[in-house]
Amino acid sequence: MSKRSSGTQLHPYVTFRLSGTGGQGLILAGRLLAEAASIYEGLNVVQTNSYGPEARGGASRSEVVISKGEIDILHSPVIDTLVCLSQQACDAYYGDLSNTGLLITDSMLVGVVPTARAVEVPVTELAQTLGNKMTANVIALGVLVSLTGIVRLESLKSAVAARAPKAFLELNVKAVDVGFQAAAAVVGKWNAKRRSAIPDYSHIRG
Amino acid sequence: MVTTAAQKPILLSGNEAVALGALAAGVRFYAGYPITPSTEIAEVLAVELPKIGGKFIQMEDEIASMGAVIGASLAGSKSLTATSGPGFSLMQEHIGYAAMAEVPCVIVDVMRGGPSTGLPTKTSQADIMQAKYGSHGDYPSFALMPNSVLECYTLTIKAFNFSEKYRVPVILLSDEVIGHMRERVVLPDPATLEIINRKAPTEPREWYRHYPDKTTGIAPMASFGEGYRYHVTGLTHEEHGFDATSQEVAKLLEKFKNKEIRNTKELTMCESFCMEDAEICIFAAGSVARSARQAVRILREKGVKAGLLRPQLVWPFPKMPVEEVYDQVRFILVPEMNVGQLRKEVERLRTNMRVKVKGLNVLNSVMITAEQVVERVLQIDFRSGSESEGGTSNG
Repeated sequence: MSKRSSGTQLHPYVTFRLSGTGGQGLILAGRLLAEAASIYEGLNVVQTNSYGPEARGGASRSEVVISKGEIDILHSPVIDTLVCLSQQACDAYYGDLSNTGLLITDSMLVGVVPTARAVEVPVTELAQTLGNKMTANVIALGVLVSLTGIVRLESLKSAVAARAPKAFLELNVKAVDVGFQAAAAVVGKWNAKRRSAIPDYSHIRG
Repeated sequence: MVTTAAQKPILLSGNEAVALGALAAGVRFYAGYPITPSTEIAEVLAVELPKIGGKFIQMEDEIASMGAVIGASLAGSKSLTATSGPGFSLMQEHIGYAAMAEVPCVIVDVMRGGPSTGLPTKTSQADIMQAKYGSHGDYPSFALMPNSVLECYTLTIKAFNFSEKYRVPVILLSDEVIGHMRERVVLPDPATLEIINRKAPTEPREWYRHYPDKTTGIAPMASFGEGYRYHVTGLTHEEHGFDATSQEVAKLLEKFKNKEIRNTKELTMCESFCMEDAEICIFAAGSVARSARQAVRILREKGVKAGLLRPQLVWPFPKMPVEEVYDQVRFILVPEMNVGQLRKEVERLRTNMRVKVKGLNVLNSVMITAEQVVERVLQIDFRSGSESEGGTSNG
C-alpha cells in the first residue's frame, strides 16, 4: 500500500522572517503575507511561528517560505528577508540573514543596525501618525512588498482587507500604502548601485 | 471562520485542518482541556459542533476529558479529544480502558518539548513510544503521523475510520510545527471521502454479544440506550463483558493482537520517495519527514542515491516496507526529534548486519533542517565508504 509522491526537483524559494516582541502582531503579519502569496498569487507557502509562553513581551517571530514548487522547508536556517521591529530581534536574527539578503528595521526601535545595507523605516512612528500603533505590522508588510516585489501591492491589500475587522478595514488598507510609499521614499534617496543590492523576488511569482 | 467550500485553495493551519477533518469524518462530541500547542483544535470545534447538533465540553482536566470521550462513544457519537504531552500522560489510564472495552475514539497529541511541562511552544517527537506503550498491558496501538496540513485533514479522517472499524482508540501524533504552520491547501471534495461508521448489530437483542469472539477483532457495536444489554469493564472479560476464565483471557489478548497482524495490508501506510534505485534510505515521520524529503532532493542533485521511506501510520510499525529496505540499501538514517525512538524500532527488524542504522537526534526542540540531514548522510556515507574494501560508490 505504499504510495509514491512526485516532485523530485529542487525548486527556487525565498524565506522571510518577521521578528520583534510579542504583541506587535508579527504572527498575524506572517499570516497576511502567506495569504497574499497563496490565495491571491496562487503560490505555495509554508508559514510557521515561534514564540515564548508569554501572552505579551518576549521574542516573537513568524516565517514565510514562498515558492512556485512544492515546499519542504518548514524551518529555514537561512533567511532572505528579515524584518526586525525590536533591537533584541535584530541582534538575535541578523546572523541568519543570507549575504545577499535584505534587512528591514524599524528605525525608531532598532538603534544599532549591523549592516550598511539595512533599509530603516520608522514603522511604529508612521503607525502612530496614522492614529493607531497597532498598524505597525501592516505598515511593515507594505515596506516588505515595496522593496522585494514578492507579491503585487493589490494582493497584499486584498489579504489585509479580508482579515481586518470592519471598523479598521480602511485604516489597515491605508497602512499598506503608507509602508509601501515610505520604503520607496527611503531607497529613493539611495544611489543606483546601493539600490540595486536590494533583492527583487518578483521572478518567484513568475 | 475556517470552514470553506471544498476544492478552493485556502491557507489553513494543521490544527484547524484536524478539526475540519474530524467534522468531515462525522465527529459529534469533543471533550478536552485546552493546552498549547493543541488549543486551536478545541477552538474550532467549540464553534462548529453546536451548529450541527454536536456537543463540546471543556472538562476539568484530561483524565475526565478522556472519560467523557469514552462515554460519548459508547452512546453512539464519534468522539475526539486533543491535547499535548502533559495531558496525554493523564489520558493514558483511560486510553487503556478504551482499548480493553473496545471503544472507538480518536486522541490527538500535538507533541511539544518534554518531559513534564517542558516547552509548551516548541516542537518535539518524543511521544512516539508513549503512543504505543503509554498505558499498561498489551493493548492494540494505532498511531498516525501527519507531515502536512493536508494530511492533518486526511489522516484525522483515517484515524476515525480505523477506530470505528477496529473498535480501538487511535492516536493522531501531530507536533507543534505541523499544528501551528499554515499551508496552502485544497481540501478534497467531501463526496469523494471514504467514511467508515461502526456496524450496527443485526441479531435479536437477546443474542447480542458486545465483545464478540472474532479473530479479526472487527465486530458490530450497539450504542448505549438502544436496548442492547452489555457490560462495559476494564477487567479482562468474556464476550458478554463478565469476568473471564484463563482460557478466555488468552483469547481476548489474542484478539487484540490480531487487530494488528491480521490486517497488516491495510495497516501498512508508507510513502516512498526516490526509493526505486536508492542505496541510502532516510526513514522519517511527521514534520521531520518534510526536511528529509528536501534532503533527498539536495542529495540527488549531488549524485547521491538517497531515498525516503515515510510511515504515515507508525503504530502498528510498518514491518514489511522496512524489511524490504534492508534488502536494498547500504545504510538507513533515522532523523528524529527525540533520543532515537523510531530508530530502535527500525533496528528491531534488522536482518542484514551489513546494513547500518544511524540516527540524527535533535533534542533542543528546534526543527531538524534539510541541511542537517544532508550533512549527516554525507558524513556516514564517507565513513562507510572508507571502511569497505575496494571502495563502494560514495555517490
